[in-house]
Amino acid sequence: MKNPRNLMTKIENYSLNFGPQHPAAHGVLRLVLELDGEIVERADPHIGLLHRGTEKLIENKTYVQALPYFDRLDYVSPMCQEHAYALAIEKLLQIDVPKRGQYIRVLFAEITRILNHILNITTFALDVGAMTPFLWLFEDREILMEFYERVSGSRLHSAYFRPGGVHRDIPTGLSDDIEDFCKKFTSHIDDTEKLIEKNRIFRQRSVGIGKISADDALEWGFSGPCIRASGLNWDLRKKQPYDCYNEMDFKVPTGTTGDCFERFLVRVEEMRQSVSIIRQCLKNIPDGPSISNDPRVVPPKREIMKESMESLINHFKLFTEGFHVPAGETYTAVEAPKGEFGVLLISDGTNKPYRCKIRAPGFPFLQATEFLSKGHMLSDLVAIIGSLDIVFGEIDR
Amino acid sequence: MSQRKHDKFILEMKDLIKSLMTFCKFRIFILNNEISIFIQDKDIPKTLMFFKDNPSFNMHTLVDFTAVDYPNEEKRFLLIYNLLSVSKNFRIKIKSWVGVDKPVSSVTEIFPCANWYEREAWDLFGIRFIGHPDLRRILTDYDFVGHPLRKDFPLTGFTQVKFDDELGKVISEPVKLEQEYRNFDNLSPWEGMSKILPGDEKSEKLDD
Repeated sequence: MKNPRNLMTKIENYSLNFGPQHPAAHGVLRLVLELDGEIVERADPHIGLLHRGTEKLIENKTYVQALPYFDRLDYVSPMCQEHAYALAIEKLLQIDVPKRGQYIRVLFAEITRILNHILNITTFALDVGAMTPFLWLFEDREILMEFYERVSGSRLHSAYFRPGGVHRDIPTGLSDDIEDFCKKFTSHIDDTEKLIEKNRIFRQRSVGIGKISADDALEWGFSGPCIRASGLNWDLRKKQPYDCYNEMDFKVPTGTTGDCFERFLVRVEEMRQSVSIIRQCLKNIPDGPSISNDPRVVPPKREIMKESMESLINHFKLFTEGFHVPAGETYTAVEAPKGEFGVLLISDGTNKPYRCKIRAPGFPFLQATEFLSKGHMLSDLVAIIGSLDIVFGEIDR
Repeated sequence: MSQRKHDKFILEMKDLIKSLMTFCKFRIFILNNEISIFIQDKDIPKTLMFFKDNPSFNMHTLVDFTAVDYPNEEKRFLLIYNLLSVSKNFRIKIKSWVGVDKPVSSVTEIFPCANWYEREAWDLFGIRFIGHPDLRRILTDYDFVGHPLRKDFPLTGFTQVKFDDELGKVISEPVKLEQEYRNFDNLSPWEGMSKILPGDEKSEKLDD
């Protein structure tokens, strides 16, 4: 009879290809896993399957033509990324945004945050086996995208935030509808939280999985809800406020252990805070113009163009040549729903950016997958990826 | 923090860096309220280590790392390390010029998240890093040739891929455009215009 020890040595680690077409990969992620039984020994994410060369394209477009590319990066939180780009251009050109424009931007940045968190929370729950939240909350997501459509004309790729403000003022009646939505949505968050927070299966799949300490999270370049779940009170809206966030009253939820479950809880609480910010915006929004009147970047109104030759020329020049941005550079970051979204914009004084580096929050998250999943089961890996909130549009760029 | 207080804080930080950074040569600038420090490429790991470990800075996060291509400069690439201190709420950019063939020391030992950023710089710019554990391409295709973010790499690229029915696999072939890439020169038509108008070369060809 064979010695059982010899049999044991024959068992080897084996490699498994996870994705690129896998529903739990949240897009086109190819993970090459090395498994010891069901334990993940090594995880090597292969990215770039959605690489479109956004940064190269931006270098070949004028500043305003490059703006819609930002919608297409993280396609579940488009307006927050336009926000970073618009702020960067405003910093280089040193133009101010009128108060109303700032309020509209913050209002829609928070709507975007809810949009993103709905998608993340529900698909995370779906990954670990809960179908219902997905069905419940996507109805609200649809309503929010209708707000997008009413204000910009499109549901996803809005191109609404422009250097100097927003493209146009919000239509009449929209504020009342957003207010109505806020009333209903708060109870929907409560319902969903009640449904999964105490659910035994959900807890078993997420508590203590993918833990990361605050120090490790910093070293791995984490930001946003993922670093707050590790117990660090770090939110760019509070710490380095942009637009009118310093006039808003909101709390920053933090966790303690930094596991998948707490990342989920932080996001749920952030949605509540976003609703509160939206309400404050609607209450305090001042009257006035929604975009700056700086003729360097903002096209003249249609009525004026009919009568004034200079405005017509200005309009023509803005939409062919675009505006020139003085030579300089800036790194401008905003608190996008996923974390710190930054734009490193280098201008050489022409009408096109010389270099535009996009700092996507998901890039370091995915890089840490191996760190987070080592020693966990294969099925936990799905929960980890779900809780990190990964979207390939921004990672692959 | 009010704007004026913030400006003062940045100036104080600049003075602090000047007094503490004694181990290498550097130049320091403030532009748009952001601190940039220019150093020599051999000092990169030392400087990053200094900013990470020095308790007056505590810059534990490498937020971003990238390169910029300036083909006409003597040293072609400008590396930009973007550091963040969460405890001090403050950012700095550390910059260094490197030549085309000069490898740079990797900083993955200091910041684990530099791993992918350096792979990206290798992939898109062709900058090599010494001591990097796994310097593979990251964003482009598996058998991609060239470094697309260099300024001399055309926007349309050199190859395109398609599925070949006869061979039954994906093949890459030289890029073929239905319409020529239209690059409008909008830069000041009054001063910058040459006597040859864009498209003139086509009429000459017709005459032949």
